[in-house]
Amino acid sequence: MNKSKIKVQVNDLCKSFGDLRVLQDCNFTVEDGEFLCVVGPTGCGKTTFLNLLCNLIEPTSGEVLIDGERASPQKHNLSFIFQEPSAFPWLTVEQNIEYGLKAKNHDKIYIKSQVNKVIEIMGLQEYRHSFPGEMSTSAEQKIVIGRAFAMNPDLLLMDEPYGQMDIKTRFYLEDEVVRIWKEFKRTVIFITHNIEEAVYLAERVLVLTDKPAHIKEEILINLPRPRDVTAPEFIGIRNHITELIKWW
Amino acid sequence: MEIRNKLELRNISKIFLTRKSYSVAIQQVDLEVRENEFLVLLGPGQCGKTVLLNIVAGLLEQTTGEICIDGAPYSGLNNQIGFIFQSIGIMPWLTVRDNVAIGPKFAGKNKKERYEIAQKNIDLVRLTGFEKHFPRQLSGGMKQRVGIARAYANNPEILLMDEPFGQLDAQTRYAMQDEILRIWNENKRTVIFVTNNIEEAVYLGDRIVLFSSRPMQVKGVYDLTSLERPRDYTDEDFLEIRQKISDNMDLVLE
Repeated sequence: MNKSKIKVQVNDLCKSFGDLRVLQDCNFTVEDGEFLCVVGPTGCGKTTFLNLLCNLIEPTSGEVLIDGERASPQKHNLSFIFQEPSAFPWLTVEQNIEYGLKAKNHDKIYIKSQVNKVIEIMGLQEYRHSFPGEMSTSAEQKIVIGRAFAMNPDLLLMDEPYGQMDIKTRFYLEDEVVRIWKEFKRTVIFITHNIEEAVYLAERVLVLTDKPAHIKEEILINLPRPRDVTAPEFIGIRNHITELIKWW
Repeated sequence: MEIRNKLELRNISKIFLTRKSYSVAIQQVDLEVRENEFLVLLGPGQCGKTVLLNIVAGLLEQTTGEICIDGAPYSGLNNQIGFIFQSIGIMPWLTVRDNVAIGPKFAGKNKKERYEIAQKNIDLVRLTGFEKHFPRQLSGGMKQRVGIARAYANNPEILLMDEPFGQLDAQTRYAMQDEILRIWNENKRTVIFVTNNIEEAVYLGDRIVLFSSRPMQVKGVYDLTSLERPRDYTDEDFLEIRQKISDNMDLVLE
């Protein structure tokens, strides 16, 4: 793999709420087009971490740089996918996906081609004109993920989008997110509680400590895709990460 | 050792009528639950698992079929049955102790008796020291422990658990799965545990009953008694059975 361009650089990131130190001296980089997963024990500050990365809250000290500049929604395309599906209920699947592109005043031909590409990859052809309320939660999450990728974001942050889903549905959706990520070649930071999910998806996993969170270990995952969750190498990595964060 | 059936469901169907049409939620389900076993009912989302559990609890009436406890048919509410809800149905205005003591209170026990029962069950779920806390001061996992203690305080012979860990994150879930097995081991009851999570089913169950998507029918029964506890999520046998069930389970996306 030869993609050494650094997309995101995080320097000495700290965050406190009053006396409570949530994040302490986080330093890491993310390469352009990388799929990075972040895992940590429950309550370690993963959501604060994400909120800082996309500038929803200000750090106490430290900085997040994208392409060498301070991350800012005005300059950069930052997309966020929440745990609860957040498709606009009053718009159809197609309108949901083109929403951001229209807001950014892209030309019609480009919008159409992006929307078609997303709909095809996510297998949403027959639902093009359906509303989110007519679909299941997992299908709604597909719309949201498609909508985010359609924007060609500089950085896509995903906060445990498959948290409450069963493994059967989850594996299916995980394969889909890998497919769309490969197609659009975006930089993704994916947060999860689920270690199996992290090892299944990521090129690299960042393991956080308990509060105040800092990076305990970085693990490169060089397994071929689609990954076999029963392969000994896979289980070895999964068990290793579990040991690093186990509190239960 | 002779295996005794605690609970039997025979030919249970449930049809919901609307003004213009009807929908079949459950279609001819037969089920035998052994005394003191940990039985898991597994099925995809919206397949009717909760409907079936509500019928067993007497909260809903079946359209056809009968249910027997210890061989005797019954209908309606039954004080041999305890229920732990998905949505952590504890009272926000009551302390942990008063929440746990609510069953004995309705059973007419005096304050001293019911607080004794409450304390025993609070200790059982390891919430000692939190007796005077209110639900809002507790984490999700702790709240669900209150729900478990409350169900146990009624001393039911059969415990129904409707996706009790559905709202918890993956790690807290692992912790609570160990907790529920520990509590069940210390205080054996017949448990019927509903989930849509295959991994959780394989970790917990003596047996797993797999249901189809709606209308719900039994798709398969898996006996896991040979899988020793504590089970290991990444053990070869564990992953194999998980895969087998996953292949047989309906993928419900729409």
